[in-house]
Amino acid sequence: MLHENICEKGFLDEQFVQLEELQDDDPNFVEEIATLFYRDSSRLISNIEQALEKSPLDFSKLDNYMHQLKGSTTSIGARRVKNECTQFTDYCNAGNGEGCKRTFQQLKKEHSTLKKKLEAYFQLARQIGPVETACRPK
Amino acid sequence: MSMPSCSVSYNSGDGASWNSGDGVSDQFPVGLRVLVVDDDPTCLMILEKMLRNCLYQVTKCNRAEIALSLLRERKNGFDIVLSDVHMPDMDGFKLLEHVGLEMDLPVIMMSADDSKQVVMKGVTHGACDYLIKPVRIEALRNIWQHVVRKRKDVWKDFEQSEIIEDGERKQKPLEDTDFSSSANEGSCRNSKRQKEEDEAEEDRDDTSTLKKPRVVWSVELHQQFVAAVNQLGIDKAVPKKILDLMNVPGLSRENVASHLQKYRLYLKRLSAVSPHHSGLNNSFVDSISSLNGLDLQALAATGQLPAQSIATLQAAAALGRTSTKSGISIPFVDQRNLFSFETPRLRFGEGPQPQTSNNNKQINLLHGIPTTMEPRQLAVLHQSQPRPQILMNAQATSHGSQSSSSLSQLSQPQSRPQILNDANGNHLSKGMGSGGFARNEEVEKNAGAAVYNRVSQPTSMVDFSIPQKADFLGNNFPLGNNSGVSSITSKGVLQQEVNSEMKGSRGFIPSYDIFNELHQQRSHDWEIGNVGPSFDASRRGNRQGNINVPPSILVQQQRFSSCQNDVMNRNTSVGNSPNLGQLRDTLLMNNPQIVKAENLPAASFQNTIFPEQFNQEDLMSALLEQQEGIGPVMNDFAFDGYSLDNLPI
Repeated sequence: MLHENICEKGFLDEQFVQLEELQDDDPNFVEEIATLFYRDSSRLISNIEQALEKSPLDFSKLDNYMHQLKGSTTSIGARRVKNECTQFTDYCNAGNGEGCKRTFQQLKKEHSTLKKKLEAYFQLARQIGPVETACRPK
Repeated sequence: MSMPSCSVSYNSGDGASWNSGDGVSDQFPVGLRVLVVDDDPTCLMILEKMLRNCLYQVTKCNRAEIALSLLRERKNGFDIVLSDVHMPDMDGFKLLEHVGLEMDLPVIMMSADDSKQVVMKGVTHGACDYLIKPVRIEALRNIWQHVVRKRKDVWKDFEQSEIIEDGERKQKPLEDTDFSSSANEGSCRNSKRQKEEDEAEEDRDDTSTLKKPRVVWSVELHQQFVAAVNQLGIDKAVPKKILDLMNVPGLSRENVASHLQKYRLYLKRLSAVSPHHSGLNNSFVDSISSLNGLDLQALAATGQLPAQSIATLQAAAALGRTSTKSGISIPFVDQRNLFSFETPRLRFGEGPQPQTSNNNKQINLLHGIPTTMEPRQLAVLHQSQPRPQILMNAQATSHGSQSSSSLSQLSQPQSRPQILNDANGNHLSKGMGSGGFARNEEVEKNAGAAVYNRVSQPTSMVDFSIPQKADFLGNNFPLGNNSGVSSITSKGVLQQEVNSEMKGSRGFIPSYDIFNELHQQRSHDWEIGNVGPSFDASRRGNRQGNINVPPSILVQQQRFSSCQNDVMNRNTSVGNSPNLGQLRDTLLMNNPQIVKAENLPAASFQNTIFPEQFNQEDLMSALLEQQEGIGPVMNDFAFDGYSLDNLPI
């Protein structure tokens, strides 16, 4: 199932499960959240991208952006993306520009991978109906 | 639900019927009115959903300013506030402080950042709790406990206030409130309570029952409070006297005492957070200004104001703001604190030349501030009350009610004029004499009008912050009482403006208005705009760091520079003592900076709020126009924070 897939592989964590549990009366809640997340995070990612192209790198600004991004990724439960965020912050604090750029590429990859998975997930969920949640541990 | 509009109100939730008097209803915490603030739309939406699931009544907003305005509009409309730490428009901690002081609501901070320092910061700023993101719904389910706890603390404050009154044990109550977080609450409080109870036994008679109606410290009430405190002087402000002065039916001494405690704590926190711009600075400045000009030397000698600082001040003055601002402003602020600490009374203009003393102080401030100030500031902080208030007080004391009025003015344009009158009247009569007094009146009118106009613009945040800022500005100006020293000039200018009725907004309010305007603009106009192009650049930078101090100072400087000339003229007209004249000249140069510095302190704490709101340019122009008897004003101006109060003279 897509559900297990998306959770087992670590794309989403317990937080996502929480969100699903929240949407008792509003079946589209999680999807709305995900949409909101992607809209907001894409903006942040492009900001970071621009900032990474500047020279010299403004690490405090990058850290600021990343902090914002981390906030929403943890709230939605995007575990892998969040891990990249943490890694990025570490490099940022160390002033490691190269490390930041590398991690950022990873981050973008994870971000778009998750997006596809979520889109597929929601599609499936709509077909199936609000029957089961994604990754609730049994 | 309907929200009581009177100052003393019972806390009742919309959905759940919990009356403070009876405790919570069965339905509690259903219907708990939560205000959640987070700039991240994803988080905000998730939190809202979670809170709704807990059957709470949720209001969400993504900007701290909006949150503050909401809180101010609906004085009794919320039970608890959840706020993110990192927000673009305003630091979450600042919001936390404002809410704690203005509305006395429990505030829970949230962040993805779980580093110890940040969490500690939350605790020291008075957050009831600190949640790490991702926030789980289980954590949100229990937030109601903070509301109940807070209510209980209010009662305790009453008891503590009594203790403070008697033994001036400010620390105790403060400590008590500090431990509002769940972690420390239990043990610390209990032990404290016990001690306090034992000590305050005699004075317990006032605390009839624990279940007192919760007093909502509205803006007006707060302004009245500040006015009263200023009138009495920070040192002498005891709840009983404050209560008498305020003369508000339904307000008990315990209410006042607890609020006073909070105010002091707030100021302490502010000064601890940003020494530059702590409100104490302002208050101190005021006190300092009251010192004679001659004292300046002495002060310098004491190390508070190193001669160098004076030189820097002068230099700064000469520079006209931009360059020295940061350097000077900060020292200035610090010094003020020191001074205020030392001579809070002085502000009342008891010195032979209130003006000169101000100047001296101001100068001193500039000099030694950065270095010496810190420890002193803290000390002062203890003395002074919460920053906003102190500013007012300081100004009030020296200037009279100006500060208080300014504060009140900010928040309430209409009410301001009145307060100013009172403040000014008192102040002026004390230190300045007829001249000052007259000004106050004028200022008040203007201020009132001006403030009114301006105030309406800014968001609710402005209200609160502005008053404080305004106070500063006002103080600066109207304070005139303070020596005519350069600092005075700056003030003088302001005062002058204030005096001129036409200025209306100019006078006392200019500071407010400016702030308001600035605030609204959100750009650091306040700091930058007024000052001028040069400032802008510096201001922005300053804003970040010491910003609080420099920007305001700079701005003021600009104002002063223009005002200076005027002021100088005015000073002479005012008839400041000849000694002062000399000092004034020097001070004038310096004052601009000082003034600004002072402003900053006030601003600093409000930086976020005021700087943006106030357009110093407006103020400056207002001042310039007025320059008539600004002399005394200058003193106030130096205080910055206080200056606002002064203005309304």
